[in-house]
Amino acid sequence: MNDQSDIERPTTVDLAAAFEESGVRDILQELDETMIGLAPVKQRIRETAALLLVDRARQQMGLSSETPTLHMSFTGNPGTGKTTVALKMASLLHRLGYVRKGHLVTVTRDDLVGQYIGHTAPKTKEVLKKAMGGVLFIDEAYYLYRPENERDYGQEAIEILLQVMENNRDDLVVIMAGYADRMDRFFNANPGFRSRMAHHIEFPDYTDEELDQIAGVMLNGLGYRFDQGGEKAMEEYIRLRRVQPHFANARSVRNALDRARLRQANRLFNEAKGPLDARALSTISEPDIRASRVFQGGLDVDRKPATGAA
Amino acid sequence: MRLTQGQFSFLPDFSDDDIRIQAQYAIDNGWAVSVEYTDDPHPRNTYWEMWGHPMFDNPDAAAVVFEVNECRKEHGGEYIRVIAFDASPGWESIRMSFIVNRPKDEPGFRVVRQEVDGRAIRYTIESYAVREPEGQRYA
Repeated sequence: MNDQSDIERPTTVDLAAAFEESGVRDILQELDETMIGLAPVKQRIRETAALLLVDRARQQMGLSSETPTLHMSFTGNPGTGKTTVALKMASLLHRLGYVRKGHLVTVTRDDLVGQYIGHTAPKTKEVLKKAMGGVLFIDEAYYLYRPENERDYGQEAIEILLQVMENNRDDLVVIMAGYADRMDRFFNANPGFRSRMAHHIEFPDYTDEELDQIAGVMLNGLGYRFDQGGEKAMEEYIRLRRVQPHFANARSVRNALDRARLRQANRLFNEAKGPLDARALSTISEPDIRASRVFQGGLDVDRKPATGAA
Repeated sequence: MRLTQGQFSFLPDFSDDDIRIQAQYAIDNGWAVSVEYTDDPHPRNTYWEMWGHPMFDNPDAAAVVFEVNECRKEHGGEYIRVIAFDASPGWESIRMSFIVNRPKDEPGFRVVRQEVDGRAIRYTIESYAVREPEGQRYA
Protein backbone atom coordinates (compact mmCIF):
# COMPACT_ATOMS: atom_id res chain seq x y z
CA MET A 1 0.00 0.00 0.00
CA ASN A 2 2.81 2.36 0.84
CA ASP A 3 4.80 3.85 -1.95
CA GLN A 4 8.31 2.90 -1.01
CA SER A 5 10.06 3.74 -4.24
CA ASP A 6 11.91 6.68 -2.77
CA ILE A 7 12.92 4.91 0.43
CA GLU A 8 16.53 3.92 0.80
CA ARG A 9 16.81 0.14 0.51
CA PRO A 10 19.37 -1.85 2.47
CA THR A 11 21.83 -3.76 0.35
CA THR A 12 22.65 -6.44 2.87
CA VAL A 13 20.60 -8.11 5.54
CA ASP A 14 21.59 -9.66 8.82
CA LEU A 15 19.13 -12.49 9.38
CA ALA A 16 20.43 -13.30 12.84
CA ALA A 17 19.89 -9.71 13.93
CA ALA A 18 16.45 -9.64 12.36
CA PHE A 19 15.67 -12.88 14.17
CA GLU A 20 16.72 -11.39 17.50
CA GLU A 21 15.04 -8.09 16.88
CA SER A 22 11.66 -9.46 15.86
CA GLY A 23 11.25 -11.41 19.09
CA VAL A 24 10.52 -14.56 17.14
CA ARG A 25 13.06 -16.38 19.23
CA ASP A 26 10.99 -15.81 22.38
CA ILE A 27 7.92 -17.28 20.75
CA LEU A 28 9.76 -20.32 19.45
CA GLN A 29 11.40 -20.83 22.80
CA GLU A 30 8.08 -20.49 24.57
CA LEU A 31 6.63 -23.01 22.15
CA ASP A 32 9.44 -25.43 22.93
CA GLU A 33 9.09 -25.02 26.64
CA THR A 34 5.36 -24.99 27.08
CA MET A 35 4.32 -27.54 24.49
CA ILE A 36 5.34 -31.13 25.09
CA GLY A 37 6.04 -33.39 22.14
CA LEU A 38 4.67 -32.19 18.77
CA ALA A 39 8.14 -32.35 17.24
CA PRO A 40 6.96 -32.25 13.60
CA VAL A 41 4.70 -29.30 14.34
CA LYS A 42 7.49 -27.36 16.00
CA GLN A 43 9.71 -28.16 13.05
CA ARG A 44 7.13 -26.84 10.60
CA ILE A 45 6.61 -23.67 12.62
CA ARG A 46 10.34 -23.09 12.77
CA GLU A 47 10.52 -23.50 9.00
CA THR A 48 7.58 -21.21 8.49
CA ALA A 49 9.14 -18.58 10.74
CA ALA A 50 12.40 -18.81 8.78
CA LEU A 51 10.56 -18.49 5.49
CA LEU A 52 8.66 -15.45 6.68
CA LEU A 53 11.79 -13.85 8.05
CA VAL A 54 13.60 -14.33 4.75
CA ASP A 55 10.56 -13.13 2.86
CA ARG A 56 10.45 -9.98 4.93
CA ALA A 57 14.13 -9.35 4.29
CA ARG A 58 13.53 -9.84 0.58
CA GLN A 59 10.72 -7.35 0.74
CA GLN A 60 12.94 -4.82 2.48
CA MET A 61 15.55 -5.22 -0.23
CA GLY A 62 12.95 -4.82 -2.91
CA LEU A 63 13.25 -8.33 -4.30
CA SER A 64 9.59 -9.10 -3.94
CA SER A 65 6.54 -7.09 -3.11
CA GLU A 66 3.82 -9.71 -2.87
CA THR A 67 2.51 -10.58 0.55
CA PRO A 68 3.01 -14.31 0.91
CA THR A 69 -0.08 -16.41 1.43
CA LEU A 70 -0.23 -17.25 5.10
CA HIS A 71 -3.50 -19.14 5.43
CA MET A 72 -2.96 -22.47 7.11
CA SER A 73 -4.71 -25.67 7.92
CA PHE A 74 -4.08 -27.59 11.10
CA THR A 75 -5.14 -31.20 11.00
CA GLY A 76 -5.05 -33.66 13.83
CA ASN A 77 -7.09 -35.50 16.38
CA PRO A 78 -8.88 -33.67 19.17
CA GLY A 79 -6.77 -32.45 22.05
CA THR A 80 -3.50 -32.32 20.14
CA GLY A 81 -2.95 -28.62 20.75
CA LYS A 82 -4.26 -27.04 17.57
CA THR A 83 -5.88 -24.06 19.25
CA THR A 84 -2.91 -23.46 21.52
CA VAL A 85 -0.53 -23.52 18.59
CA ALA A 86 -2.84 -21.19 16.62
CA LEU A 87 -2.57 -18.70 19.46
CA LYS A 88 1.21 -18.93 19.32
CA MET A 89 1.08 -18.62 15.55
CA ALA A 90 -0.92 -15.40 15.85
CA SER A 91 1.70 -13.80 18.05
CA LEU A 92 4.46 -15.14 15.81
CA LEU A 93 2.89 -13.49 12.76
CA HIS A 94 2.40 -10.34 14.76
CA ARG A 95 6.08 -10.23 15.76
CA LEU A 96 7.06 -10.72 12.15
CA GLY A 97 4.78 -7.91 11.12
CA TYR A 98 2.50 -9.95 8.92
CA VAL A 99 -0.59 -9.13 10.96
CA ARG A 100 -1.04 -5.79 12.64
CA LYS A 101 -2.70 -6.74 15.94
CA GLY A 102 -2.02 -10.42 16.45
CA HIS A 103 -5.29 -11.29 18.16
CA LEU A 104 -6.94 -14.65 17.62
CA VAL A 105 -10.64 -14.91 16.84
CA THR A 106 -11.87 -18.46 17.32
CA VAL A 107 -15.08 -19.40 15.54
CA THR A 108 -17.03 -22.49 14.56
CA ARG A 109 -19.79 -23.03 12.06
CA ASP A 110 -22.38 -21.40 14.33
CA ASP A 111 -20.56 -18.08 14.27
CA LEU A 112 -20.38 -17.93 10.49
CA VAL A 113 -23.56 -19.48 9.18
CA GLY A 114 -26.95 -17.88 9.69
CA GLN A 115 -30.32 -19.45 10.23
CA TYR A 116 -32.30 -17.99 7.37
CA ILE A 117 -31.78 -16.51 3.94
CA GLY A 118 -29.76 -13.32 4.00
CA HIS A 119 -28.51 -13.91 7.52
CA THR A 120 -25.27 -15.64 6.64
CA ALA A 121 -23.47 -12.92 4.70
CA PRO A 122 -23.67 -10.21 7.39
CA LYS A 123 -22.78 -12.73 10.07
CA THR A 124 -19.73 -13.99 8.22
CA LYS A 125 -18.63 -10.47 7.36
CA GLU A 126 -19.01 -9.37 10.97
CA VAL A 127 -16.70 -12.18 12.08
CA LEU A 128 -14.21 -11.46 9.32
CA LYS A 129 -14.13 -7.79 10.28
CA LYS A 130 -13.46 -8.68 13.88
CA ALA A 131 -10.57 -10.88 12.82
CA MET A 132 -8.96 -8.26 10.58
CA GLY A 133 -5.49 -7.39 11.71
CA GLY A 134 -5.27 -10.75 13.39
CA VAL A 135 -5.87 -14.42 12.89
CA LEU A 136 -9.21 -16.11 12.27
CA PHE A 137 -9.23 -19.65 13.63
CA ILE A 138 -12.04 -21.80 12.23
CA ASP A 139 -12.40 -24.90 14.34
CA GLU A 140 -13.88 -27.98 12.69
CA ALA A 141 -14.07 -26.12 9.42
CA TYR A 142 -15.57 -29.05 7.53
CA TYR A 143 -18.94 -28.45 9.19
CA LEU A 144 -19.22 -25.39 6.95
CA TYR A 145 -19.81 -27.66 4.00
CA ARG A 146 -22.79 -29.98 4.16
CA PRO A 147 -23.19 -31.70 0.83
CA GLU A 148 -26.25 -33.63 2.00
CA ASN A 149 -28.31 -30.43 2.20
CA GLU A 150 -28.17 -28.40 -0.96
CA ARG A 151 -29.97 -25.49 0.66
CA ASP A 152 -27.46 -25.26 3.47
CA TYR A 153 -26.18 -21.74 4.02
CA GLY A 154 -22.65 -22.97 4.71
CA GLN A 155 -21.84 -22.63 1.03
CA GLU A 156 -22.55 -18.91 1.21
CA ALA A 157 -20.15 -18.51 4.13
CA ILE A 158 -17.52 -20.46 2.20
CA GLU A 159 -17.84 -18.16 -0.80
CA ILE A 160 -17.43 -15.01 1.30
CA LEU A 161 -14.56 -16.58 3.15
CA LEU A 162 -12.74 -17.46 -0.06
CA GLN A 163 -13.26 -13.97 -1.43
CA VAL A 164 -11.91 -12.25 1.66
CA MET A 165 -9.03 -14.71 1.98
CA GLU A 166 -7.99 -13.72 -1.51
CA ASN A 167 -8.69 -9.97 -1.51
CA ASN A 168 -7.74 -9.05 2.03
CA ARG A 169 -4.62 -11.14 2.36
CA ASP A 170 -2.84 -8.22 4.00
CA ASP A 171 -5.52 -7.90 6.62
CA LEU A 172 -6.11 -11.33 8.02
CA VAL A 173 -4.80 -14.83 8.20
CA VAL A 174 -7.21 -17.75 8.27
CA ILE A 175 -6.33 -20.97 10.05
CA MET A 176 -8.65 -23.92 9.61
CA ALA A 177 -8.51 -26.86 11.93
CA GLY A 178 -10.09 -30.26 12.24
CA TYR A 179 -9.69 -34.00 11.98
CA ALA A 180 -7.38 -35.02 9.16
CA ASP A 181 -9.70 -37.28 7.17
CA ARG A 182 -12.69 -34.94 7.28
CA MET A 183 -10.51 -31.96 6.44
CA ASP A 184 -9.27 -33.83 3.39
CA ARG A 185 -12.80 -34.45 2.26
CA PHE A 186 -13.65 -30.81 2.88
CA PHE A 187 -10.70 -29.62 0.80
CA ASN A 188 -11.56 -32.04 -1.98
CA ALA A 189 -15.09 -30.68 -2.13
CA ASN A 190 -13.83 -27.08 -2.04
CA PRO A 191 -10.63 -27.02 -4.07
CA GLY A 192 -10.52 -23.24 -3.69
CA PHE A 193 -9.46 -23.64 -0.10
CA ARG A 194 -6.66 -26.06 -0.71
CA SER A 195 -4.97 -23.78 -3.20
CA ARG A 196 -5.34 -20.79 -0.90
CA MET A 197 -3.76 -22.58 2.03
CA ALA A 198 -0.03 -22.27 1.92
CA HIS A 199 0.78 -24.33 4.97
CA HIS A 200 -0.71 -27.64 5.94
CA ILE A 201 0.46 -28.71 9.36
CA GLU A 202 -0.32 -32.15 10.77
CA PHE A 203 -0.63 -32.64 14.51
CA PRO A 204 0.38 -36.14 15.60
CA ASP A 205 -1.19 -37.89 18.58
CA TYR A 206 0.73 -37.66 21.81
CA THR A 207 2.61 -40.72 22.99
CA ASP A 208 1.82 -42.19 26.40
CA GLU A 209 5.00 -40.76 27.88
CA GLU A 210 4.19 -37.31 26.54
CA LEU A 211 0.72 -37.49 28.07
CA ASP A 212 2.25 -38.49 31.43
CA GLN A 213 4.41 -35.43 31.21
CA ILE A 214 1.45 -33.26 30.19
CA ALA A 215 -0.55 -34.54 33.16
CA GLY A 216 2.32 -33.52 35.45
CA VAL A 217 2.57 -30.05 33.93
CA MET A 218 -1.19 -29.47 34.02
CA LEU A 219 -1.41 -30.55 37.64
CA ASN A 220 1.49 -28.31 38.49
CA GLY A 221 -0.28 -25.41 36.84
CA LEU A 222 -3.29 -26.05 39.06
CA GLY A 223 -1.09 -26.12 42.15
CA TYR A 224 -1.48 -29.86 42.81
CA ARG A 225 0.93 -32.78 42.78
CA PHE A 226 0.76 -36.55 42.48
CA ASP A 227 2.00 -38.83 45.18
CA GLN A 228 3.72 -41.97 44.02
CA GLY A 229 0.64 -44.14 43.83
CA GLY A 230 -1.26 -41.37 42.10
CA GLU A 231 1.36 -40.98 39.42
CA LYS A 232 1.39 -44.70 38.68
CA ALA A 233 -2.39 -44.78 38.55
CA MET A 234 -2.43 -41.85 36.14
CA GLU A 235 0.02 -43.56 33.83
CA GLU A 236 -2.14 -46.64 33.84
CA TYR A 237 -5.22 -44.49 33.31
CA ILE A 238 -3.74 -42.88 30.21
CA ARG A 239 -2.90 -46.22 28.66
CA LEU A 240 -6.35 -47.60 29.33
CA ARG A 241 -8.12 -44.44 28.25
CA ARG A 242 -6.38 -44.35 24.92
CA VAL A 243 -8.06 -47.49 23.62
CA GLN A 244 -11.50 -46.42 24.75
CA PRO A 245 -13.77 -44.33 22.54
CA HIS A 246 -13.76 -40.52 22.46
CA PHE A 247 -10.15 -40.30 23.48
CA ALA A 248 -9.06 -36.70 23.06
CA ASN A 249 -5.37 -36.68 23.96
CA ALA A 250 -4.47 -33.79 26.26
CA ARG A 251 -8.10 -32.81 26.68
CA SER A 252 -8.92 -36.24 28.11
CA VAL A 253 -6.07 -35.81 30.52
CA ARG A 254 -7.36 -32.42 31.59
CA ASN A 255 -10.84 -33.82 32.16
CA ALA A 256 -9.44 -36.76 34.11
CA LEU A 257 -7.52 -34.40 36.32
CA ASP A 258 -10.58 -32.24 36.90
CA ARG A 259 -12.52 -35.27 38.02
CA ALA A 260 -9.64 -36.46 40.17
CA ARG A 261 -9.64 -33.10 41.94
CA LEU A 262 -13.34 -33.50 42.54
CA ARG A 263 -12.81 -36.94 44.08
CA GLN A 264 -9.88 -35.72 46.10
CA ALA A 265 -11.97 -32.93 47.58
CA ASN A 266 -14.70 -35.40 48.37
CA ARG A 267 -12.26 -37.83 49.95
CA LEU A 268 -10.73 -35.16 52.13
CA PHE A 269 -14.14 -34.00 53.18
CA ASN A 270 -15.27 -37.47 54.20
CA GLU A 271 -12.10 -38.78 55.73
CA ALA A 272 -10.45 -35.85 57.37
CA LYS A 273 -10.85 -35.81 61.14
CA GLY A 274 -8.37 -33.18 62.19
CA PRO A 275 -6.83 -30.15 60.52
CA LEU A 276 -5.29 -30.66 57.06
CA ASP A 277 -1.98 -29.22 55.95
CA ALA A 278 -1.20 -27.71 52.57
CA ARG A 279 0.41 -30.95 51.47
CA ALA A 280 -2.72 -32.96 52.01
CA LEU A 281 -4.83 -30.36 50.25
CA SER A 282 -2.70 -30.42 47.12
CA THR A 283 -1.92 -34.11 46.75
CA ILE A 284 -3.74 -36.31 44.28
CA SER A 285 -3.28 -39.91 45.35
CA GLU A 286 -4.12 -43.31 44.00
CA PRO A 287 -7.78 -43.71 45.05
CA ASP A 288 -8.67 -40.37 43.39
CA ILE A 289 -7.64 -41.77 40.03
CA ARG A 290 -8.56 -45.42 40.56
CA ALA A 291 -12.20 -44.53 41.14
CA SER A 292 -12.53 -43.59 37.49
CA ARG A 293 -14.87 -45.62 35.29
CA VAL A 294 -12.00 -46.08 32.89
CA PHE A 295 -10.62 -48.78 35.17
CA GLN A 296 -13.93 -50.60 35.11
CA GLY A 297 -13.71 -50.95 31.38
CA GLY A 298 -15.41 -47.94 29.90
CA LEU A 299 -17.43 -44.79 30.13
CA ASP A 300 -21.09 -44.74 30.95
CA VAL A 301 -21.86 -42.85 27.78
CA ASP A 302 -20.75 -45.86 25.82
CA ARG A 303 -22.94 -48.39 27.58
CA LYS A 304 -23.78 -51.26 25.35
CA PRO A 305 -27.31 -50.84 24.03
CA ALA A 306 -29.72 -52.87 26.08
CA THR A 307 -30.14 -56.25 24.46
CA GLY A 308 -33.55 -57.05 23.13
CA ALA A 309 -34.77 -53.46 23.20
CA ALA A 310 -35.83 -51.97 19.88
CA MET B 1 -18.45 23.61 -4.71
CA ARG B 2 -16.53 21.30 -2.42
CA LEU B 3 -18.43 20.36 0.71
CA THR B 4 -16.42 21.18 3.81
CA GLN B 5 -17.82 19.44 6.86
CA GLY B 6 -16.13 17.66 9.71
CA GLN B 7 -12.41 17.12 9.88
CA PHE B 8 -9.85 17.19 7.09
CA SER B 9 -12.34 18.57 4.55
CA PHE B 10 -9.91 21.20 3.26
CA LEU B 11 -7.29 18.54 2.58
CA PRO B 12 -7.10 16.50 -0.59
CA ASP B 13 -9.28 13.39 -0.59
CA PHE B 14 -8.10 10.59 1.65
CA SER B 15 -6.59 7.41 0.33
CA ASP B 16 -7.63 4.11 1.91
CA ASP B 17 -4.44 4.15 3.90
CA ASP B 18 -5.18 7.61 5.28
CA ILE B 19 -8.63 6.43 6.31
CA ARG B 20 -7.15 3.40 8.00
CA ILE B 21 -4.69 5.45 10.01
CA GLN B 22 -7.34 7.91 11.19
CA ALA B 23 -9.79 5.13 12.04
CA GLN B 24 -7.06 3.26 13.89
CA TYR B 25 -6.44 6.38 15.96
CA ALA B 26 -10.11 6.40 16.93
CA ILE B 27 -10.12 2.67 17.73
CA ASP B 28 -6.99 3.00 19.83
CA ASN B 29 -8.78 5.65 21.83
CA GLY B 30 -11.64 3.27 22.46
CA TRP B 31 -14.20 4.98 20.24
CA ALA B 32 -16.72 3.07 18.17
CA VAL B 33 -16.23 3.78 14.49
CA SER B 34 -19.06 3.65 12.02
CA VAL B 35 -19.73 4.45 8.39
CA GLU B 36 -22.62 6.64 7.23
CA TYR B 37 -23.85 7.95 3.91
CA THR B 38 -26.30 10.57 2.68
CA ASP B 39 -27.45 12.42 -0.41
CA ASP B 40 -28.58 15.44 1.60
CA PRO B 41 -25.46 17.37 2.50
CA HIS B 42 -27.13 20.23 4.35
CA PRO B 43 -24.86 21.18 7.26
CA ARG B 44 -27.72 20.82 9.75
CA ASN B 45 -28.51 17.31 8.55
CA THR B 46 -26.72 15.51 11.35
CA TYR B 47 -28.48 12.17 10.92
CA TRP B 48 -26.98 10.39 7.97
CA GLU B 49 -28.01 6.89 6.99
CA MET B 50 -26.07 4.22 8.87
CA TRP B 51 -24.08 1.74 6.85
CA GLY B 52 -24.23 -1.28 9.13
CA HIS B 53 -23.77 -1.14 12.86
CA PRO B 54 -21.07 0.85 14.59
CA MET B 55 -17.99 -1.37 14.89
CA PHE B 56 -17.77 -1.65 18.64
CA ASP B 57 -15.22 -4.40 19.09
CA ASN B 58 -13.04 -4.47 16.04
CA PRO B 59 -9.45 -3.98 17.12
CA ASP B 60 -8.16 -3.20 13.65
CA ALA B 61 -9.14 -0.44 11.23
CA ALA B 62 -8.90 -2.66 8.16
CA ALA B 63 -12.53 -3.50 8.87
CA VAL B 64 -13.46 0.18 8.58
CA VAL B 65 -11.75 0.51 5.21
CA PHE B 66 -13.46 -2.70 4.14
CA GLU B 67 -16.87 -1.28 5.05
CA VAL B 68 -16.12 2.08 3.40
CA ASN B 69 -15.34 0.25 0.19
CA GLU B 70 -18.48 -1.90 0.52
CA CYS B 71 -20.48 1.30 1.00
CA ARG B 72 -18.80 2.89 -2.01
CA LYS B 73 -20.00 0.01 -4.17
CA GLU B 74 -23.57 0.77 -3.19
CA HIS B 75 -23.48 4.54 -2.66
CA GLY B 76 -20.41 5.62 -4.59
CA GLY B 77 -22.23 8.65 -5.98
CA GLU B 78 -23.12 10.06 -2.57
CA TYR B 79 -21.40 11.44 0.49
CA ILE B 80 -19.88 8.87 2.84
CA ARG B 81 -18.34 9.75 6.16
CA VAL B 82 -16.59 7.92 8.95
CA ILE B 83 -17.54 8.90 12.49
CA ALA B 84 -16.08 7.88 15.80
CA PHE B 85 -18.37 7.79 18.83
CA ASP B 86 -17.00 8.12 22.32
CA ALA B 87 -19.23 6.26 24.77
CA SER B 88 -17.30 7.15 27.91
CA PRO B 89 -19.42 8.82 30.61
CA GLY B 90 -19.33 12.56 30.52
CA TRP B 91 -18.72 12.65 26.83
CA GLU B 92 -21.07 10.30 24.94
CA SER B 93 -20.73 12.10 21.68
CA ILE B 94 -19.01 12.20 18.35
CA ARG B 95 -15.25 12.66 18.60
CA MET B 96 -14.32 12.46 14.96
CA SER B 97 -16.17 12.83 11.70
CA PHE B 98 -14.68 13.04 8.25
CA ILE B 99 -15.91 12.66 4.69
CA VAL B 100 -14.33 9.79 2.77
CA ASN B 101 -16.37 9.83 -0.40
CA ARG B 102 -18.14 12.55 -2.33
CA PRO B 103 -20.16 12.77 -5.53
CA LYS B 104 -18.31 13.57 -8.75
CA ASP B 105 -20.25 16.76 -9.19
CA GLU B 106 -21.10 18.84 -6.14
CA PRO B 107 -23.53 21.57 -7.18
CA GLY B 108 -23.30 23.46 -3.90
CA PHE B 109 -25.87 25.55 -2.09
CA ARG B 110 -28.12 28.48 -2.97
CA VAL B 111 -29.31 31.23 -0.71
CA VAL B 112 -33.04 31.20 -0.12
CA ARG B 113 -34.63 34.53 0.80
CA GLN B 114 -37.97 34.38 2.50
CA GLU B 115 -40.00 37.56 2.95
CA VAL B 116 -41.69 37.62 6.33
CA ASP B 117 -43.44 40.17 8.51
CA GLY B 118 -43.58 43.09 6.16
CA ARG B 119 -40.35 43.55 4.33
CA ALA B 120 -38.12 41.59 6.67
CA ILE B 121 -36.01 38.89 5.01
CA ARG B 122 -35.07 35.51 6.38
CA TYR B 123 -32.09 33.83 4.86
CA THR B 124 -31.37 30.14 4.64
CA ILE B 125 -29.43 27.84 2.36
CA GLU B 126 -30.53 24.88 0.33
CA SER B 127 -28.48 22.36 -1.55
CA TYR B 128 -29.16 22.35 -5.26
CA ALA B 129 -29.02 18.59 -5.06
CA VAL B 130 -32.10 18.25 -2.86
CA ARG B 131 -34.37 19.75 -5.48
CA GLU B 132 -34.35 16.27 -7.00
CA PRO B 133 -36.23 13.60 -5.10
CA GLU B 134 -34.26 11.18 -2.95
CA GLY B 135 -32.45 8.57 -4.96
CA GLN B 136 -32.16 10.77 -8.02
CA ARG B 137 -29.71 13.26 -6.62
CA TYR B 138 -26.15 13.20 -7.88
CA ALA B 139 -27.34 10.93 -10.70
